[in-house]
Amino acid sequence: MSRIKKLFSKPKEKLIPFLTAGYPELDSTIELVCAAVDAGADMVEIGIPFSDPQGDGPVIQKSSQQALNNGITLKRIFEQVKQIRIQTDIPIALMGYYNPILKMGHEAFLDNCVSADIDGLILPDLPLDEAGPFCELAKSKGLSPILFVAPNTTNDRIRKISELAADLIYAFSILGISGNELSSKKNLKAYLTRVRENSVTPFVVGFGINTRDDVVWFNQHADGAVVGTAIIKKLNGSKLPAVTTKDFIKELKGIK
Amino acid sequence: MTNKFKNYTLPDERGHFEKFGGKYVPETLIPALEALESQYTRVKNDPLFQSELSDLLKHYSGRETPLYHAKQISEELGFDIWLKREDLNHTGAHKINNALGQILLAIRMGKKRIIAETGAGQHGVATATVAALFGLECIVYMGKEDIRRQKLNVFRMNLLGTEIRPVLSGSMTLKDATNEAIRDWVTNVETTYYLIGSTVGPHPYPMLVRDFQSVIGIETKAQFAKQAGKDLPDRLIACVGGGSNAMGLFYPFLKDNVKMIGVEAAGKGLESGEHAATMTKGEFGVLHGAASTLLQNEDGQVTLPHSISAGLDYPGVGPEHSYLNETGRVNYYTATDQEALDAFIWLSEKEGILPALESAHALAYLRQDDNEIEKGEQIVVCLSGRGDKDVHTVAESLGVDL
Repeated sequence: MSRIKKLFSKPKEKLIPFLTAGYPELDSTIELVCAAVDAGADMVEIGIPFSDPQGDGPVIQKSSQQALNNGITLKRIFEQVKQIRIQTDIPIALMGYYNPILKMGHEAFLDNCVSADIDGLILPDLPLDEAGPFCELAKSKGLSPILFVAPNTTNDRIRKISELAADLIYAFSILGISGNELSSKKNLKAYLTRVRENSVTPFVVGFGINTRDDVVWFNQHADGAVVGTAIIKKLNGSKLPAVTTKDFIKELKGIK
Repeated sequence: MTNKFKNYTLPDERGHFEKFGGKYVPETLIPALEALESQYTRVKNDPLFQSELSDLLKHYSGRETPLYHAKQISEELGFDIWLKREDLNHTGAHKINNALGQILLAIRMGKKRIIAETGAGQHGVATATVAALFGLECIVYMGKEDIRRQKLNVFRMNLLGTEIRPVLSGSMTLKDATNEAIRDWVTNVETTYYLIGSTVGPHPYPMLVRDFQSVIGIETKAQFAKQAGKDLPDRLIACVGGGSNAMGLFYPFLKDNVKMIGVEAAGKGLESGEHAATMTKGEFGVLHGAASTLLQNEDGQVTLPHSISAGLDYPGVGPEHSYLNETGRVNYYTATDQEALDAFIWLSEKEGILPALESAHALAYLRQDDNEIEKGEQIVVCLSGRGDKDVHTVAESLGVDL
């Protein structure tokens, strides 16, 4: 069974931190992912920086730009994940906009993912309408494409998206970009119930999740919580990024 | 010419021009794109919508625009040049054709808030204008660098009651303004209409912007036959940034035996690395919701374009242009900043018309040695906009202090 399937077959609280590869320093990702794992992260999402991140707010945009200035490349990210893999067995997903992947080529990109022992792929600008060939190829190589649903996605479409994804989907908590604020819990609950009823796979939720309370709440109404912007914000200007990461993950996990 | 243009129906129902086009956007935007497409399909054959639009094009924008036989430059070059005077539209460029069409769509969809991106500011002004006309809230995203280059248009938009949001990310030009407009749309998708200014972005935008701009080519066809006494011109020429004025001119002629030339910005030269010659120097890629051709580095990061003309300073191009390039139906050439400046002055002196720096790229092609134009050809050039907005840039490049 894949690491992702195995993790989501367990009925426990799940926290999935997001870290921008190559931020704050070119190779900090290795240390930061390991710190997050030590602190109790259940899965990690590593962001591939892109020059034009349409779905991200200013905080993640800036971290991506900084990482690109640091000289991060897809090749380097694969090397970093190989280093991380020596130290941990938790599921690792790469999050990336489509163009750098397209440039490397589907086949080459996915083969690199396999040899770096990556588990999942999150592509925010590859919706159901365009994702077919990429997802089928990824699945044939044993990787899990993690497709998105949004509050305005219809029930029928949620089902189709989850069928194509097969192992896990990702629900945007809001209509908006990363770093935006959550809407009312009442609306959220109705939406997450809709996802629960129509998705054939487990689902995690991301965007606007900042606190321990959020993590607890989203684990009650979904299968896991992704925290991105809040972590990157903490890393911004931190002198000891690994310590900052560890402390914040512990706080989010409710570990004293 | 291949048969595929005899019965040309692209894009297909998924919004593709073969491998180009499509909808590469966050899931949140899919319902909005579907709603837009179904609304557009409805109005396309709705005589009420079409008559409302043609009424505005005629009485508000001043169409039809003239097809002007430019005798002085024709005589100099030895072939006949006809200028399609889109610069004579209300607001000074072809952008109003699309803005009027899309604002009527927005109204039918019940949207009260309009957002747009702009580079040179022509599309921003056109959008601000139609938003003022219909009393809708309007926000225009514009790169800080473009705000500096296009102060006049920024002030025009302010006068029209539009809020300009300066964009400080990336190259602070059109590409980044587009990112920011998309982010706004993702966030406010339920209340907001995104009025895209060129034949770019996710389906159905490239199709509907092309259709709204086709009035350029439709008029040209009828005017040319009447004025030149020949059925068809030999060659059509238009500048290409995102490519809306070019698509508008070319589309009604695709099935005809007419050569078509798109002229991209070569900036400081194709080998300088500072240009916006997407088709000549770019590669297949995905940006702003569509698969097309893109200036990018070996890691697939979008590289910064350069052009003296803010309207051409864009690292991508409309997906249909990529398709027309690949099939060979349209040939793409380039003109440098300097060639465009020279053409700007040339047309001003010879014909008494100040062209937009964008349009000056199309004019520059006429004077290039390798343009393959034969003596006696009948040529239509799309004069997509007027040059008033560029007077400061031209003065600066001539070392004149205004």
